[in-house]
Amino acid sequence: MKILFNYFIFPGFLFSASVGLIAGWLDRKISARLQWRKGPPWHQNFTDIIKLLGKETIVPEGARLTFLAAPYLGLLSLVLCATVLGNALFLSGQSFRGDLIVVLYLLVIPAIALIIGASSAANPLASIGVSREMKLLLGYELPFIISLITVVIKSGGVIKLEDILSHQAGFGSNIFSLSGAIAFVVAVLCLQAKLGFVPFDMAEADQEIMGGTLIEYSGLPLAIFKLTKALLLVTGPLFVITLFLGKDIGPLFLLLKFAMLLVIAILIKNTNPRLRIEQALKFFWGPVTVLALLGLIFASLGW
Amino acid sequence: MDFRLKALTKSIWIFHASVGSCNNCDIETLDCFTPRFDLERFGIQLIGSLRHADVLLITGAMNRKAVVRMKRLYEQAPKPCLVVACGTCACSQHMFKESYNVREPLDKILPVDLYIPGCPPKPEAIISGVIKLLNKVKRGK
Repeated sequence: MKILFNYFIFPGFLFSASVGLIAGWLDRKISARLQWRKGPPWHQNFTDIIKLLGKETIVPEGARLTFLAAPYLGLLSLVLCATVLGNALFLSGQSFRGDLIVVLYLLVIPAIALIIGASSAANPLASIGVSREMKLLLGYELPFIISLITVVIKSGGVIKLEDILSHQAGFGSNIFSLSGAIAFVVAVLCLQAKLGFVPFDMAEADQEIMGGTLIEYSGLPLAIFKLTKALLLVTGPLFVITLFLGKDIGPLFLLLKFAMLLVIAILIKNTNPRLRIEQALKFFWGPVTVLALLGLIFASLGW
Repeated sequence: MDFRLKALTKSIWIFHASVGSCNNCDIETLDCFTPRFDLERFGIQLIGSLRHADVLLITGAMNRKAVVRMKRLYEQAPKPCLVVACGTCACSQHMFKESYNVREPLDKILPVDLYIPGCPPKPEAIISGVIKLLNKVKRGK
């Protein structure tokens, strides 16, 4: 019963989805203000989801069963991820050994669900989006995992989120050390790609391949993908906060840190042009990985 | 009033299809999303894929080749889908009335919900048209 409550209401689906949709509104509003526009009202993303639920769902000819199953896979696993993360962050004593690795794996599944769904859509533009999404996934996962290992080394080899938090409560946030700061920068860049924000949104490039991976989706499956995106907008920054800014996690400070990470992501999004896929891959496997390795070396030296 | 209909009026996603227009209507349509007019205030967005669309906004005269494509586009769009004819070319045939290439106006081919005349229509005219469309949907189409 308690598990179900955690999964569906707090800190799982209902809580994370509402916060995520509001964060999505924040993204649109700040983008609008940066472009000197007024921007949509706060309930805009909720309205979008409700509207999509009322639309017709079209299954293209030649699509397989996975076309409709993939959105659920992505959403359910991401809700699980939000629950595990939220349990460690909001409720004490709920964390279990190895949940860092569970969260890491579950964070990848939405991208994989997108790949599975779009590749069974029988659309050439969708398959271009899929190939880009796959390469991007390969690109950012490597430095992201290295920066994660940096944190694990700094916390004395624990792979439990609560232990990482309590270590930071004792010794100060990870970001205030040399290796931690480097790993934080790497993680923020990888987060940008994970969220699919602009320098790395080539998988969904609206102007270029017309929505790419999402091109054939309509109605309910599209709404589920939008919800997944909203959940990712919560889970990603919260994960980074857990890893790097875990000293004061009272409600107010947590909110401030979350807003800060969100604003950083939105500012990067609004001030950069879209990269080509090979540029992004070069970027992630070149400078970012080198930076992450540098952080790893510093961490093992104890800096 | 229907809950879904209400949500639809608050979040309209537009697919912009240009069928052989002179690009003036397209430019004026895009102007509606610039800082001065900013249709995103009302939740109106331009989207890339037709499968996400609520409104099919058509500019330009329907020439012979476009007719087939437009019919297919309309069939591909998820349904409740509204059709807007933007500019005099799409509303009637304008100066292509006697043309060998433009056989019939748009409303003989698709069920048009809204006409926005003008060559090109001003962004103000387009916005006022959008409001009329919203009122029409609210009254229950």
